[in-house]
Amino acid sequence: MSTIRLTINGKSYAVDAEPQSSLLSVLREQLDLTGTKYGCGEGQCGACTVLIDGKAQRSCITRAGTVSQKQITTIEGLASGDHLHPVQEAFLDAAAMQCGYCTSGMIMSAVSLLQQNPSANEREIIDFMDGNICRCGAYPRIVRAIQKAAKVAQPSVAGKGAGR
Amino acid sequence: MSERSPMQIPLEPERYELREAAPYRFDLDRREFFKFLGAGVLVVSVLKPAVMAQESGSANQRRGDLPKDIDAWLHIGEDGRVTVYTGKVEMGQNIRTSLSQAVAEELRVPMEKIEMVMGDTQLTPFDMGTFGSRTTPTMNLQLRKVAAAARELLIGLAAKQWQADPQHLLVTDGKIADAQSTRSIEYTALTKGQQLTQTISSDIPLIPAANWKVAGQSALKVDGRDIVTGRHRYPSDQKLPDMLYGKVARPTAFNATLVSVEMKQAQDMGATVVHDGDFVGVAAPSMALATAAAAAIRAEWKADPQPSNKDLFDYLRKNTIAGKDPSGDGDLYEAGSVDHALDAADHRLQQTYTVSYIAHTPLEPRAALAKWDGDHLTVWTGTQRPFGVRGQLAEAFRIPEDQVRVLMPDTGSGYGGKHTGETAIEAARLARAARRPVKVTWTREEEFTWAYFRPAGVIDVTSGVRNDGTITAWEFHNYNSGSAGIRTYYEVPNQRIVFHAVNSPLRQGSYRALAATANHFARESHMDEMARTVKMDSLEFRLKNLRDARLRAVFEAAAKQFGWTKSKSTGQGFGMGGGYEKLGNIATFAEVNVDRKSGDVRVVRVVSAFECGAIVNPDNLRNQIEGSNIQGLGGALFEAIEFENGKILNGRMSRYRVPRFSDVPVLETVLLDRKDLPSAGAGECPMVGLAPAIANAIFDAIGMRLRSLPLAPNGLRLSADVKSS
Repeated sequence: MSTIRLTINGKSYAVDAEPQSSLLSVLREQLDLTGTKYGCGEGQCGACTVLIDGKAQRSCITRAGTVSQKQITTIEGLASGDHLHPVQEAFLDAAAMQCGYCTSGMIMSAVSLLQQNPSANEREIIDFMDGNICRCGAYPRIVRAIQKAAKVAQPSVAGKGAGR
Repeated sequence: MSERSPMQIPLEPERYELREAAPYRFDLDRREFFKFLGAGVLVVSVLKPAVMAQESGSANQRRGDLPKDIDAWLHIGEDGRVTVYTGKVEMGQNIRTSLSQAVAEELRVPMEKIEMVMGDTQLTPFDMGTFGSRTTPTMNLQLRKVAAAARELLIGLAAKQWQADPQHLLVTDGKIADAQSTRSIEYTALTKGQQLTQTISSDIPLIPAANWKVAGQSALKVDGRDIVTGRHRYPSDQKLPDMLYGKVARPTAFNATLVSVEMKQAQDMGATVVHDGDFVGVAAPSMALATAAAAAIRAEWKADPQPSNKDLFDYLRKNTIAGKDPSGDGDLYEAGSVDHALDAADHRLQQTYTVSYIAHTPLEPRAALAKWDGDHLTVWTGTQRPFGVRGQLAEAFRIPEDQVRVLMPDTGSGYGGKHTGETAIEAARLARAARRPVKVTWTREEEFTWAYFRPAGVIDVTSGVRNDGTITAWEFHNYNSGSAGIRTYYEVPNQRIVFHAVNSPLRQGSYRALAATANHFARESHMDEMARTVKMDSLEFRLKNLRDARLRAVFEAAAKQFGWTKSKSTGQGFGMGGGYEKLGNIATFAEVNVDRKSGDVRVVRVVSAFECGAIVNPDNLRNQIEGSNIQGLGGALFEAIEFENGKILNGRMSRYRVPRFSDVPVLETVLLDRKDLPSAGAGECPMVGLAPAIANAIFDAIGMRLRSLPLAPNGLRLSADVKSS
């Protein structure tokens, strides 16, 4: 066991964990940041997506010991107080969820996409999001939500501490 | 044309829906209610035997004097908050919102004043479970009545206070106003300090669907903000101080028995170990340690040889439950004389259709957190049947049900896959040994292996049809996949329809739309085969043999939206499928494109026309229909569980393909709103037309008839002449 220093949502944490522990388990078990979900454990479903230095990564296959120098953003760090991130707003407005279990990962992936490509078209959205699974089948609404967010989102507001 | 009223439709028994009535019924003490809820107005909904009969198939079990058979209650507090208690649960079908709408409508209060308490066995009345698309036709209606009864009671109070005629009083926005003067009064002022109880009567005036203001409109998900901010705590997110993580050591194959086990190493690692019968598990302060300790257990298991998916369909046919008479269980339906009609028919067709086992793959795997206080057990778990799981726990630990409380936080989907309490029992067993709360969350591999599957099945169809397109004979045998939707809705004078129960080689159970998917696939594929035989257009052939007006209406509406008669290019094919199920009517039209070089099948466009009576929330209805089509795409095209000798071979997300963004076709939905008919559920029915529509469209594109689901797990293997044509 060693102490790993992590910067998550702009806050610094020191956690006792094996460096090879998954970032997902550290977030959920040790820091009680349960908005990031487990879905498959092999990077196939995207439920565990977080931003690492602004880019979408699967936290279930990311070792905690490898991200200590980086800025990590989880779903809990996206809104500023009561002010939701435009992607969160867009998901709400478009009713882009059913059970909502995939939603955190979808939103984090979408934030990353729009940061890289603020004017992503439908084809680009589908290509980028294809690694995120929604078993309820809310895909068409998620695409619409991201298109909507693309219209209002400014790259600079996409995630506190996420950009560099 | 004939039209079915919902009361005339027999609800088909679904053998794989697990169901049981509560073994104990306790009298409810009104004082206890108010002690818990605070003063105000309490309205209770009493389940009528007729409604009960529909849900459980047995009217006599729970008939009793008031107030035992309560299925929901509503409380208006002195602060004006409305709290509604129902045993139904939320797992993505959005009933927390649609039931709130129903209450808001009848009680005339804003949605945000309403809190739904759901699926908590201590706080909510008994409910068999959330399945079978029953919430909207039953609970939604009950809650409307409860809310309407509360409204009438409040009007009565105001009338008394003002010495006014109740007829002249209007309700709006949590207030009662006198139409003949300017006075008005808030509900809270009427209920202050009171403890009023009301049961609903049969003549409660409900607001007709045509006058709905809140119900019938699209409403945003009531807890959507908690979801998009990650605040909502799903069952797997639950946590308690001093909680341990549990892990179960799994057998090497299904139905294996434990020969020997060595747990010392796991114990030395600091884990709590449990060996109880064939249950072997550990609990530890971190998931990593629990996983490592479970891996350090040395266990020897013994299992008998078991069938594999490559011999599955032969196995199902040969392993019907011996000595079981289908007529005894209502599994046999006969009309006219099929044998004579088949002999006399101009054309006789015989075909076999199959469906594979598939996995629900809810994105949140099963999870439970269990805590003991002495001999009282509390479990938070994701299940569609909290009261059923309470019964399983009471049985497993030999304690009375009133010592068990099961709570169901809104869960990460179910689709019929979370009727049972495996993780609840596992967590509770480990927690009892550890004397601390224990959480068990299944891995994706465990969910794929140790849950249960949608039943596989074999269906044999033999039909007789006249040259003019009249169906004269219909014989239909379903082996194992289930009997929902087994009866044909086409007019056929001579029928024999049989369900054959089979000893399933895999653990099987409920699934969204369940057997109706298989039965509609076989029936609607065969309809196309008959139409081709008599050289009739598929739509014309169906309409010729279909009298039901509601079903005709959806076929006609979908055909119009789809453009059924438009011309096609090479590789393009059109097909349809439809029917009724769970009180809803669906017609699905699909356009596919088959790449003749690669054999790739692409579903390009799907048009669904759906009618389920009066629409409660149109946007959520569209969401459910789109979701049904997208989820249904997996079972239609590529999902199948592969297994061999008691092991699952493709039990992980990287080996079991589910629909993704790139698989989604253009989806168009036509809603037929029948405000004159009661509202029915919509989570299941819209799925059943898709698979046959795709199969029929593939035939239309390349002349290749596919009779097994999934249709094209690895694309199509096309013969040289198809490729070159």
